[in-house]
Amino acid sequence: MPISYYIFLATALFTIGVIGVLVRRNAIIIFMCVELMLNAANLLLVAFSKMHNLKLGAYYPMRAADAQVFVFFIMVVAAAEVSVGLAIIVMMYRNTHSVDVNFLNRLKN
Amino acid sequence: MNLTQILFWFLSVLTLGGALMVVISKNPVHSILFLIITFFAISGHYVLLNAQFLAVVNVIVYAGAIMVLFLFVVMLMNLNAESEPSKNKYLLYIGTIAGSSLLLVLVAALKKSNDITQAIQLKDGDIGLIKNLGAVLFTNYVFPFEISSVLFLSAMIGAVIIAKKETSI
Repeated sequence: MPISYYIFLATALFTIGVIGVLVRRNAIIIFMCVELMLNAANLLLVAFSKMHNLKLGAYYPMRAADAQVFVFFIMVVAAAEVSVGLAIIVMMYRNTHSVDVNFLNRLKN
Repeated sequence: MNLTQILFWFLSVLTLGGALMVVISKNPVHSILFLIITFFAISGHYVLLNAQFLAVVNVIVYAGAIMVLFLFVVMLMNLNAESEPSKNKYLLYIGTIAGSSLLLVLVAALKKSNDITQAIQLKDGDIGLIKNLGAVLFTNYVFPFEISSVLFLSAMIGAVIIAKKETSI
């Protein structure tokens, strides 16, 4: 199967995430769309690692594993990001009693 | 069309349909459940690409831990379809058009690439197994691995400090 299928799948997934961030006003849904974009990048990294493994695997057997280690680190960073981000959303809900991002148009107060 | 291709198309439809329903559905709880479907489909893609370790980590971290955290926060705030903030109709159209043009530009730019038809290794290759990934992770990437533990610690402390009620600061 050519790499283009995975490239276009990841592009579509990323674009859906971008549209969600632009269109929705609910802070939690915006956050979930950011997760979608991260997953599109992860999927593409794994697909490229398998592409290079097919080509270079005979000469450098472990070279393509780097991409999968990167995906692992992206998941680590995403988990840390979600914990902090949801804490911020909880604090915002406590102050404004809403998760509408339109209330967050200024940093002061 | 062999079994691998059928699986690929099935998982792709599941992924994109779930992602679309995350954006479309009004109720945040439904959005989260569709996002779980999307993450399971992406895990299926990882299995298809023979990256079993990442598939398992994806299920545990994303579909397990992160989505439970999202559901917990949504149910803590008692959000439902009625509490959906009102939105501008024009903003919806403009956002959709902007995102679609991003997709158009990306597809048009990537379609002409030389390497776009390179084959991909499905169902075989053993770089995604835990044994090989662990060897790479603990030889070449042991320093970033330790740094990520510091990142987790700081994220944990930051989450506690941010979410705590301000009493005496």
